[in-house]
Amino acid sequence: MTLISFVRKNAFRNKRRSLLTLASISFSLLLLTVMMTIWRAFYLSDGSAESAQRLIVRHKVSLAQFLPIADRERIRSIAGVKQVVNETWFGGQYKDDKAENFFAQFGTDPKELFLVYTDFHIPADQLEAWQKDRAGCVADSELAQKYGWKIGDRIPIKGTIFPLNLELTLRGIYAAPQNTQTLYFNNIYMDEGYPRIKGLVGFYGVLGDSPQAVPQIAKDIDATFRNTDRPTKSESEKAFNLDWIAMLGNVKAFILSICGAVVFATLLVSANTMAMSIRERTREVALLKTLGFTRGTVLGLFMSEAVILAAVGGLLGAIGASFIVVLIAHAPGIGLFFAGVRPNVATIVVAVLVGSTVGALSSFVPAYNASRRNIVDGLRHIG
Amino acid sequence: MAVPIQYNIRNLTLRKSATIMTALGIALTVTTAIFIMALLAGLNAAFKGSGDPLNVLVLRKGATAELSAGGVDREALAIMKDLPGVARDAQGQPLVSGEDLLVVVLPRNDGTGETNVTVRFLTPTGIAMRPEVKLFAGRWFTPGQREIVVSKSIHSRFAQANIGDSMWIGKGPWNVVGIFDTGGSAHDSEIWGDINQLSSDFDRPTYNSALIRATDPVSADALKNRVGDDQRLKLNGMLETEYWAKQTSTGSPIKFVGTLVAVIMAIGSCFAAMNTMYAAVAYRSREIATLRVIGFSRPSILTSFVFESVLLSLLGALVGIILMLPFNGMTTGTNNPVTFSEAVFSLRMTPSVVISAVVFAIVMGLFGGIAPAWHAARREILVALRD
Repeated sequence: MTLISFVRKNAFRNKRRSLLTLASISFSLLLLTVMMTIWRAFYLSDGSAESAQRLIVRHKVSLAQFLPIADRERIRSIAGVKQVVNETWFGGQYKDDKAENFFAQFGTDPKELFLVYTDFHIPADQLEAWQKDRAGCVADSELAQKYGWKIGDRIPIKGTIFPLNLELTLRGIYAAPQNTQTLYFNNIYMDEGYPRIKGLVGFYGVLGDSPQAVPQIAKDIDATFRNTDRPTKSESEKAFNLDWIAMLGNVKAFILSICGAVVFATLLVSANTMAMSIRERTREVALLKTLGFTRGTVLGLFMSEAVILAAVGGLLGAIGASFIVVLIAHAPGIGLFFAGVRPNVATIVVAVLVGSTVGALSSFVPAYNASRRNIVDGLRHIG
Repeated sequence: MAVPIQYNIRNLTLRKSATIMTALGIALTVTTAIFIMALLAGLNAAFKGSGDPLNVLVLRKGATAELSAGGVDREALAIMKDLPGVARDAQGQPLVSGEDLLVVVLPRNDGTGETNVTVRFLTPTGIAMRPEVKLFAGRWFTPGQREIVVSKSIHSRFAQANIGDSMWIGKGPWNVVGIFDTGGSAHDSEIWGDINQLSSDFDRPTYNSALIRATDPVSADALKNRVGDDQRLKLNGMLETEYWAKQTSTGSPIKFVGTLVAVIMAIGSCFAAMNTMYAAVAYRSREIATLRVIGFSRPSILTSFVFESVLLSLLGALVGIILMLPFNGMTTGTNNPVTFSEAVFSLRMTPSVVISAVVFAIVMGLFGGIAPAWHAARREILVALRD
């Protein structure tokens, strides 16, 4: 019998205990993987190449303050700016005010929108149909799928921020790199229905000519409007999104503390199991040593056992987490915060590594004690 | 006859390391659950405890939040002042307050960036209509001056929010002259300033909302309907308490993630508890058989082991509650999707949170204990004795 098969057989010799430990560890590591995936999506991923090239320009005081439409041409004339589009948050209700019927609606310019959002894809004929219909709108493909919308469907949106109800017709469905849960309509419809908003827009989406140019463009735009009565705040799309996440609260501390609790709990579970399983085998250890196995080998054997259990647990947990992550990304009613969260290999690898490390750490003390035990005492031990 | 409780307690103390490790694992799960429940309890308290049942909030028809664009003009305010059932102050002035909300960006003082904060513009009448809000330091703003007062939470959470600082709102700086204490209501997330000063800054001819104080609860209800029915107004009234209670949806992302985390951790802990209990049963198989021989019945053995598991998880719950105690009352903030700005609230370990945590732990203990206890009770006496 090779050492490897010895370890493998021992790891599962008490099947019930091994399975329970495995289940416990994999649930803990499942949670860890979910948290790490969210962390990665929020703070580590750079988004698509197109996203890195975009900026958001808003009123310096807050998003709730409007900017004049005339700023659009001034932004366009700034060096490095390729395209500009105006967007205004409508914040209306579809059907009722239930959370699952909430999605984003923006009034925008149909001629410019897809020039800035180059990673959104829409069939040319649908785009043309939208541009021709002032009461038309386009929706994210996942959003359309969620509500079963087809081209030509009527979509009524009740205004809550603005005293205006929209009667929109779906003219196109676009595909975005990640679920945006957004519907865009022509802002002229808004201007006509609520003249006080005419000439005012919520913010601008800007496409720069390269990701490297984005910080300079932001600086130049803000400098242009610094001494006007509507100073702007320009930042990359990524930074803008992070602002939203930061508004949820101290997300970083929340995720880190949960990860900490989970890792510690896994450590306890694994240590407990290994302590039980090694205590039972005190006589066996003595026997192994009588046969000539060194302390180091005995230590290694027990630790490998724990590492195998924890690593398998980690792998199972990480696979389970992938399903949960997909569910979270599409969960209704919690906004768009998790739309960009998706399973990835790197996080799974980290989960397995964390599992193995925890296994090794947790088994070290009981395994070390077992390997140091006097042979004669060990043989006399009654389990 | 039931197995004495002493037997279970002694067994738990005998296997110290296993007991401590399992209980700690359960404690961590309980801590997480309490943390999330305390967050939600704090949020609920901030919103549900806000508003006065005598106050009627008036918004434009169709609007659901105070941040909605315009709607209540000066004529409408004058009409509302003459409605029957409106309370009057000592000077005989009707208690009706035209108000406006703005959102400003403030830097957090812990260096984690900036966030949106709500600024409410109102008159001294509006302050008087919220008796739960009290001045904590400094003084209230003087009408006609560019002065603001900030809540205690805003004062402690944001840079530039001390008395003597100034904030840039609208067309120029406003000086902070005071700090108010709301006792944890939704106004704890706000900054207050003079409405007339703001109107001249922004050239806004209308208010965003109006607050009317009724003389008694019955007239509050009547006023609410009267405002909605009045054809001159085109406005909609609702009780202030109802308005704030609706904003508890602010907690839904926390609730969603929190529930997910607590459930997954609980399942993990259940398995761990099961493992410990199976080991406890295996370890004592001869002992259990002896108990049976003495005359303890199968049901009493089953109950005894389930009880031991529950005891183990209760120990975990106790440790978990103690671990969370230092965090009780900690102030934090999250995004309020209704106002697009920060809702400040504090962690509250209310009795119901603690009781739920204990119940949560007992459920974990039951699930973890039933299978091993069943196993213990079902074993054949002779087989077990020979073990």
